Amino acid sequence: MQVTVTVNGEEYTRDVDTRLLLVHFLRDHLGLTGTHWGCDTSNCGVCTVWLDGVPVKSCTVLAVMADGHAVRTVEGLERNGTLDPVQEGFVQCHGLQCGFCTPGMMLTARWLLDHNPDPSEEQIREAISGQSCRCTGYENIVRSVRWAAEHSTVEATK
Amino acid sequence: MQVPAHFEYERATSVDHALALLARWGGEARVVAGGHSLIPMMKLRLARPEALIDINDLTELSYLRLAGDELLLGAMTRHADLLASPLVGEHYPILHDAERVIADPIVRNRGTIGGSLCQADPSEDLSAAFAAIDAVAVIRGPSGARTVPVREFHTGPYETVVGPDELLTEIRVPIRPGGGSAYEKVERRVGDWAVAAAGAAIWLDGESAGGAGQPGIVRDVGIGLTAVGASHFHAAEAEASLRGAPATEENFAEAGRLAGAHCEPAADQRGPVDYKRHLASELTVRALRRAAARARGQEA
Repeated sequence: MQVTVTVNGEEYTRDVDTRLLLVHFLRDHLGLTGTHWGCDTSNCGVCTVWLDGVPVKSCTVLAVMADGHAVRTVEGLERNGTLDPVQEGFVQCHGLQCGFCTPGMMLTARWLLDHNPDPSEEQIREAISGQSCRCTGYENIVRSVRWAAEHSTVEATK
Repeated sequence: MQVPAHFEYERATSVDHALALLARWGGEARVVAGGHSLIPMMKLRLARPEALIDINDLTELSYLRLAGDELLLGAMTRHADLLASPLVGEHYPILHDAERVIADPIVRNRGTIGGSLCQADPSEDLSAAFAAIDAVAVIRGPSGARTVPVREFHTGPYETVVGPDELLTEIRVPIRPGGGSAYEKVERRVGDWAVAAAGAAIWLDGESAGGAGQPGIVRDVGIGLTAVGASHFHAAEAEASLRGAPATEENFAEAGRLAGAHCEPAADQRGPVDYKRHLASELTVRALRRAAARARGQEA
């Protein structure tokens, strides 16, 4: 069936199988491979994207369910060539090692900071508790999000 | 790659439309809400519906409000919204206790309370929480709405009284003064299904509640159990032992003993039967203790 999904502000219309998952729609049909695909069981969280402004695990959402809705992926974090403070924080604080969990972590971090601009370490850990870092680099991920909180000069990017 | 079998996709635009779609598919369709149980089951081919009826556009089923002496919860309320609601926390902290330990924040953004109840997973937390507080399910069908107590809602693992042409639309919880409630869960790791869990709601006699170190008399009590094979997620024997009795540690221990004795846990990778029975007892006591402390205003 035909679906139209707004991804990072741009409308995409594609013919898809009803059983296609949103994560594969983004990666294979739109070429937006920044969204990663991990456990396929909504445990690991690497496929996290925003659906209508809320982080969801895109391996457990059907592409047809996103028809008429808005998705934001990691490709939509930077604005006009300027990294989002969250992305910059991950650079500054060594927030990634292999990079597999990074897109999902950054999207959750962006959402957290939009709703709580000065989160405690505990609040950050709670926010990312549905996402696994296979390098176990959580310390630096938390530092990266704190860096972003302390260096946010841009308006919340909802 | 895990891929569901082929199915037709229908998107409901109203409750009546959803009911018409259900009638048209005659039992071959499944309703999808948050999808965080159904879609994984479809990927594993444990579920192979011919059609999915998507009710995510039914925002009229997403609400939390007081009406008279009842708290009304729309079936499409997301877990995250239940957890974030001060209204819910004020009247029934048991629901916040339970929500904090359901999956993880991102899953809670998508999963719904109605979907959780209808999935009827024996390890699902809200079923026991709603059983403890004696909630009522509102089910709409072709001939109108009917109500079923949550304590009669589940007919077995993954089975409920909701018919193939019906839709759960609301959960109603009576508000009664003088109460406290709590939920206690043991899980192997954060966000996992319960090894076991217990929920309790307790109403203490107004005269003696918290007065001069008196424990208070249990005017009424509700106890729910998760993942231990309790019939309808409900610990009826434990409740009966407490009604009218002083809210003491000794009586809580006896209620816990009864809760453990009357459930039917199954051994699995989360633990053997005797361990789960022990947890059912101990968690019942902890839930009662915390619920009573909240009823006395000693704990938030």
